Amino acid sequence: MNDAFGRPNSVLVLGGTSDIARALVRELVAGGCKKVVLAGRDPTGLADAATEAKGAGAEFVATVIFDASDVDQAGAVVDSGFSAVGRVDLVLIAVGLLYDDAADERDPVRVARCVTVNFTWPAAALSRVAHHFREQGTGRAVVLSSVAGVRVRRSNFVYGSAKAGLDAYARTVNQTLAGSGAAVLVVRPGFVRSKMTEGRSAAPMATTPEAVARDIVKGLEDGAEVVWSPRTLRALFFLLRLLPEPIWRRLPT
Amino acid sequence: MPEPPSAETGAGADSGTAESEERTLSGWGRTSPSNARVIAPEDPGDIFGSVLRAAGTRDGSPGRGVIARGLGRSYGDAAQCAGGVVVDTRNLGRIGPIDPDSGVVEVEAGVSLDTLLRVGLQSGWFIPVSPGTRQVTIGGAIAADIHGKNHHTDGSFCRHVTSVTLATPTGVHEVGPDTEPDLFWATAGGMGLTGVVTRALVTMRKVETSWMRVDTERHDNIDSLMAGLERVDRLNRYSVAWVDCAAVGSRLGRGILDAGDHAGASDLPAKRRGDPLSPPRRRGLKMPNLVPPGIVKPLTVSAFNEAWFRKSASRTGQLRRLGGFFHPLDAVSNWNLLFGRRGFVQYQFVVGDAHQGVVPQAIDILQKAGAPCTLSVLKRFGPGDPGPLSFPIPGWTFALDLPVGPPGLRPALRRLDDIVAGVGGRVYLAKDARLEPHTFAAMYPRLGEFNSVRRRVDPDGVLQSDLARRLGICEDSPA
Repeated sequence: MNDAFGRPNSVLVLGGTSDIARALVRELVAGGCKKVVLAGRDPTGLADAATEAKGAGAEFVATVIFDASDVDQAGAVVDSGFSAVGRVDLVLIAVGLLYDDAADERDPVRVARCVTVNFTWPAAALSRVAHHFREQGTGRAVVLSSVAGVRVRRSNFVYGSAKAGLDAYARTVNQTLAGSGAAVLVVRPGFVRSKMTEGRSAAPMATTPEAVARDIVKGLEDGAEVVWSPRTLRALFFLLRLLPEPIWRRLPT
Repeated sequence: MPEPPSAETGAGADSGTAESEERTLSGWGRTSPSNARVIAPEDPGDIFGSVLRAAGTRDGSPGRGVIARGLGRSYGDAAQCAGGVVVDTRNLGRIGPIDPDSGVVEVEAGVSLDTLLRVGLQSGWFIPVSPGTRQVTIGGAIAADIHGKNHHTDGSFCRHVTSVTLATPTGVHEVGPDTEPDLFWATAGGMGLTGVVTRALVTMRKVETSWMRVDTERHDNIDSLMAGLERVDRLNRYSVAWVDCAAVGSRLGRGILDAGDHAGASDLPAKRRGDPLSPPRRRGLKMPNLVPPGIVKPLTVSAFNEAWFRKSASRTGQLRRLGGFFHPLDAVSNWNLLFGRRGFVQYQFVVGDAHQGVVPQAIDILQKAGAPCTLSVLKRFGPGDPGPLSFPIPGWTFALDLPVGPPGLRPALRRLDDIVAGVGGRVYLAKDARLEPHTFAAMYPRLGEFNSVRRRVDPDGVLQSDLARRLGICEDSPA
C-alpha cells in the first residue's frame, strides 16, 4: 500500500531501463519500497537495472520483456506486471524514444514508430493500468511526459506531438479515475542529461535523472496532478505558450 | 442469530449485499485514501454473512478482504480495505440497561462513546476509559484497545470489557477474559483482523457528577514536566501533559500538566448541585473545507504555542466540565481539515521508563527536520493488557500531530522508528499511516502469537485492511 507520504511498497516500471526510471527506483527502494517489477525491451539492460534495484535493498525483483511497437500486447504486459506482485501501488510509464535526426520526419515508418512508442503504446498500457487500479481500489500511475509536448517545436515535433497527446490523455485518465481511490501524476521534465539525450547539446535549465526522481517523489507526497522538473519550467512555459506563433517559429530551437 | 448464507450464495453475490456502495475512504489524517464496497448491516447477525460473502470471489478473481469500520477516527489506513469490503458498524446502535450494582452494560459495536457517555450519565455512570475524542465506537475502542488519561491507574479499554461477540469467517464466537482468552486478547488491539466485533459487555464507572476537579501546572522544560507527571500520577486517577514542541534550548519540552479526578457532589458550588450530571455540550463549531495547504508552518505553530503556554497558569482544584477535560479535540468537529489536501500524520510511540530520553530526542529530531508539530501530548502508561498487539506498555507515551509537507518529516520519522524499536518501544497502530513491515515486526515481537490465533478463526486470510497489507501483519510465517 502507499503510505501517508505516497510511498509505495510495490512498483511496476514500464520502460525499466530508462535513466529516470532507474533513478526513481533507487530513490523508492532506498525509502522502503520492497517489490519491483521492471519491464522493458532490452534484456541485458533490464538485468542490469534489476541488479541495481536488488543492491539498493529491494526484496523482490522481477523482469518482463516487451516491445513497445507491439501495441496489441500492451494490456498483456501490464497484466503480467500486476500478476508478478499481486498488487501494484505505483506504476511508472517511462517508455519513450527520442528519434534521431530531421530526416526521420520524412520517413512514414519512422514517424509511425515514434508516435507508437511515445504515445500509442503508453496510452494503451495506461488504460489497462487504470482498470487494475479500479479493481484494487488504490494505486498511483506516474506518466513521463515532456515539456517538448507543452508547446511543440519544429526541431523535435514528431516526438513533441506524441508527448502532447500522451500528456493530454494521461491527465484525462486521471479525471476518469476521480473517486476510484487511484490517480495519475503527469511529469514534465525539461532537458535531462541521460543516455537518451547523449550527444545532444543541453538546453537551458537542463536537469538530471536523480533530480527528476526527487521531484516525482515530492509530487507523490503532495498528491500533485502535474509536476514540472525543474519547477521553474512551469513559469517559463506559461510565458512560451503565450507567444504568438510567428514569434515562436523564429525562436532558435 | 440468522443462518449464514450457503456457500453458493456467498460465492455468487458479486457485490456483497444489495445495499453495498463503492466509496473512497481515508483515515482521520486524510492520507492514502482507497476504495471499497461499503455495507452497513442493521442486524449483527448479517455481519457473519457479509464476512463470508467477502471470502468468495469477485468477477472470478479472489476477493480482496473485509474489515470493520466505525467512525473513522483511526488516523491512518486501519479501517479501509482497498478493493474489498468495509463493514460500517454504525447501524449497530443498541444499548442495554446499565446494571445498577455492577455498572455492566451490553452495547452494540456501532455505539459511540459519546452516546454511551450521555446515556450513562443519566444514571451516574461514566465510560471506563476515555480517549481524546468521544467520537469513537465501541468496536473501534476494542480493536485499538484504546487508552485514556487514566491508563496509569485503570489500564486500557479492554480491561473493562468482560465479553465480546466476534463474527469471524469460521463462525461467531463469544469471547472474554475467561472464555477463549487468547482470541479475546488477540482481538484487544488486533485492529479488526480477528473478526468483526458486534456486541460487548462494558463495565462503567460510577460518578457523582459530570464535572472534574483539576490541578494545572506549568513547567518550563521537559525534565520538570516529566518529573511533574510522575509525581501527580501517584495522586490522581487522570493525568496528561501538553508539550510545546516549538520551544527550543533550555525551554525544550516545556508544557502544561493537567491532573485530576471526578468531582464529588460536595465539590460543586450550590448552583450546580441541582444538576450534577449534566451531559457535555454538543459540538458547535465546524470548519469550512477551504484550507489551503501549508498554512501550518513552524512560525504559526510557535506563535500559537507561545500564546497557549502563557494563558495557562498553575492552579489547583479547578472545576471543569468533562468535555473540556477529556475531549478538547471535539470542540471543532472537523479540525482535521486544518491540514489541507496533504493531510497529517500522528506519530504516537511508547518507550519504557528507562528510556525517557527518547521524548526530548523526538522533539529535537523533528525540530531539526523542519517539521512543525501542531499538537503533542505526553502521558505515562501503567501495566499493559495481555493482548499481543495491544499498544500500551509501562512507560512514557508521546503523541505528535505532524502536517505532511516538510521534506525532512518522513526521514525523521523513519529514524525515530529505529530509535523507538531499538529500546523496545512501539508505535500505536491506530494512529499509524507510514510504519514499515520490518520496524513494525521489531516493535511487536508477539506478532507470531497473534497470527496463530488469527489463523485459527480466519485460515484463508479473509480479514484484511490497508494497514495490515502495508505492514504485512497477516503475512507473518507460522510461529
